[in-house]
Amino acid sequence: MSHLDELESNSIYLLREAYHAFERPAMLWSMGKDSNALLWLAKKAFCGNIPFPIVHIDTTYEFPEMLEFRSWARDHYGFDLVVWINEEARARGIGYETTDPVTVTHELKTVALQQTLAHHKYDALITGIRRDEDSTRAKERAFSPRTADFEWDYKDQPPEFWNHFTTEVGPGEHVRVQPLLDWTEMDIWRYLDQEKVPLPGMYFSRNGKRFRSIGCMPISKPVDSNATTIDDIIEELKVTRISERAGRAQDHHERNAMQKLRAKGFM
Amino acid sequence: MTKLSDTTLPAGAPAAAAPSAGTAPALPHLSFVVVGHVDHGKSTLIGRLLFDTHSVEEGKAERIQAACKAEGMEFEYAFLMDALLEEQAQNITMDTTRVPFRTDRRAYTIIDAPGHKEFLKNMITGAASADAAVLLVDAKEGLREQTRRHGFLLSLLGLRQIVVAVNKMDLVNYDQKVFDAISAELREFLGRLGVPPTHIVPISAKLGYGLISRSEHLSWYKGPVLLEALEQFRSTPPAAGAPLRLTVQDVYRFDARRIVAGLVEAGSLSVGDRIEFFPGGKHSVIKTIEEWPARADGSTPKGPVGTGRSTAITLADELFIERGQIGGPPDDPPSVSYFFTARVFWLHADSLKVGELVPLRLGAQQGEGRIASIERTLDAVTLDASTGPATEVKRHEVAEVRIRMRRPLAFDAGGRLPALGRFVLMRGRRIAGGGVIDTALRDDTDGGGQSANRVALLGHRGTVIWMTGLSGSGKSTLALELEKRLLRAGVLAAVLDGDILRTGLSRNLGFTPEDRRENLRRAVELAMHLADAGVVVIAALISPFRADRATAAKRAADRGIPFAEVFVNAPLAECERRDPKQLYKRARAGEIPLFTGIDSPYEAPLAPDLELRTDQVSVGESVEKLADLALALARPPVPENGAGADI
Repeated sequence: MSHLDELESNSIYLLREAYHAFERPAMLWSMGKDSNALLWLAKKAFCGNIPFPIVHIDTTYEFPEMLEFRSWARDHYGFDLVVWINEEARARGIGYETTDPVTVTHELKTVALQQTLAHHKYDALITGIRRDEDSTRAKERAFSPRTADFEWDYKDQPPEFWNHFTTEVGPGEHVRVQPLLDWTEMDIWRYLDQEKVPLPGMYFSRNGKRFRSIGCMPISKPVDSNATTIDDIIEELKVTRISERAGRAQDHHERNAMQKLRAKGFM
Repeated sequence: MTKLSDTTLPAGAPAAAAPSAGTAPALPHLSFVVVGHVDHGKSTLIGRLLFDTHSVEEGKAERIQAACKAEGMEFEYAFLMDALLEEQAQNITMDTTRVPFRTDRRAYTIIDAPGHKEFLKNMITGAASADAAVLLVDAKEGLREQTRRHGFLLSLLGLRQIVVAVNKMDLVNYDQKVFDAISAELREFLGRLGVPPTHIVPISAKLGYGLISRSEHLSWYKGPVLLEALEQFRSTPPAAGAPLRLTVQDVYRFDARRIVAGLVEAGSLSVGDRIEFFPGGKHSVIKTIEEWPARADGSTPKGPVGTGRSTAITLADELFIERGQIGGPPDDPPSVSYFFTARVFWLHADSLKVGELVPLRLGAQQGEGRIASIERTLDAVTLDASTGPATEVKRHEVAEVRIRMRRPLAFDAGGRLPALGRFVLMRGRRIAGGGVIDTALRDDTDGGGQSANRVALLGHRGTVIWMTGLSGSGKSTLALELEKRLLRAGVLAAVLDGDILRTGLSRNLGFTPEDRRENLRRAVELAMHLADAGVVVIAALISPFRADRATAAKRAADRGIPFAEVFVNAPLAECERRDPKQLYKRARAGEIPLFTGIDSPYEAPLAPDLELRTDQVSVGESVEKLADLALALARPPVPENGAGADI
């Protein structure tokens, strides 16, 4: 069995455990490459069905091309799409034009997510985070409980071994299910290539630039690249030592910004 | 303390370990855990490995260096690993961290497991998923409490690929004598646990000696450096030739069909295979393997789907299959039992107590088990056992226990198929401990098919005495004498031999290998049924193959029926001389093909419960030995301290 086969099977195992264990699971989807790998794995896990809603937290700063992809993918895969915007924060004038990126991320992503959960009463959120993205994510569990206040108690995480996970939560709490934790950025690309997973065009080079990680428009910067195919991207990753999220401004606004964001409930 | 500025990027690392573009890794991915006593240098080792293999993202080391300067701390390689503010402030790693890195030969995942006693759960969380382990020991401090505890847990978790790194050799002037003394102690300790280290490597993680390149300071060391030692390890191989074990996670009905979804934990499955589901025993044939997306050429998968794969199948029959059941071949099933012995480790602050009913999960099975007894507890540091039964297992202790389930559990005991013999114990919503099943136990109170009423009525319980041996060795003679002897003693006994089967139940069978197998299968079923009904069954059958006799023994164990294998042993020449039915004569003449002992092998028992040399011992003496054995099994002593009474 190849390493990709092993990763795929483990992720499918986790998705099936999550679907069994929780009454109201939902999957977060950003239209990004990891999100699309996750969607693909869900289709495989459930034999072509996606038996839970797919949630997109729309910051209102999305690239138009990504929104086009959102509509296309919903029709192509056939899933129940839930879009949520923190309208209240936008009404207060929170935005990149007026506010620092950490606060914007918190309001338009984390608070928006809290609102979605409160409204739809989801008890599990399936996300596409990976351990190699960030050193705090490296400490995550596959099934990671969050308190009603969205807090991640990284000092006292439950044990997790032999394919047994935390699958019960108290009122108001939820579990983050993270089937891609063990994958690396390189694994994701190799898998997308192997499976021929449809992707937004922004990941590929146009005029010498491409996006390696796609977030909100004002804070996502393309990198210099001539990679027009996944093979090109894989070759590029073999020699780069620049981190994947280097183009995401909110992570680097201040020291340990990511840890602060995550402790407050960011993915 | 080495200042980062002493080391330039990337010249500080040897070229050999740099990732080389264009070449795929030659070896399969390997994940390894780094364990050892607190402050013996785990995070430093990992930080250094990442740094020297150019696996640290550009600017990260410089950023951390700047942050350290801002807070007046010295830079350490450990900070490349210790991500959380508290970790950097307290200089300790708080939770399991997994970090990928690659060399030109292999992609690795490093699992960093904290050494602090209170973080043992994280160490287990990390180590349980690793293919291999690096046990780190400080050259100045030698073996400490957590060195021993972690070594012990690695052996319990089933890790067999261990390399020891003796760190901080720079602090003992690279003295070979210090290294040799620690090595000897480690070899003795790990050897006793059954996990001898593959290599013991002297290193200085801080200075980067002995990790990926040699150092002149350690020129007396001729073995592999750490990375070379790791390259010798394998990704966990699937057990070759293992029977299928499909853990059923769910049954989906997205349309009219019932799709059984699960994980192939061992063996493999293909369309057309017979499959039985345990506990329960419903069986069918695999009709389809479900796959998305559909193949472009319209073909459908036929298998085999191998070990470690998630899969989804449909069956030829509409069976009611449940989550948790284990699919396997009907002729090589898992054990199904209520009662077993296990070694457990406990992680929760509230002790595990004798008599407690505790939720247990094995694969996708969920049940409740009562801690029937705690045979002994082990101190994970000294490996000293408690003198006798205990009443509780405290946090961070390991114990041998007996667990009685409320409903039967399917498993494979004794490390045969490790994934099918491991379970976790719950306390509330949390995983509070784990364990490994050693043996399924016989149980006459609520375990098998034997009802207490029958035992009370007859004064004994159904038992199987399985006599095996060559034709003419004396099995039937002894069986009939034993039957008489037991009936005189007030025990309901019945002989089951070849003649009885062949003239009745198996009258339609011939002597082809298939027919012989079928004959034996019927014999086993009949013996089980009679024993369930309370009869002491004396089976006298050549049963030349070990595997067949093992199947009979296992079927009995699963039902809680006492079983003894008796080897009726006489030399072939003697049997042929006796030849009571003139069978050898006919076999020699070619009239009976594949006759056991002539042109078909007889596999003698390796460890029979009783061996009778009928060419040396009289019939009377043999029958007394048999009767002692049968009576001891059929009329066991009353269990002590009522351990068997909590139905």
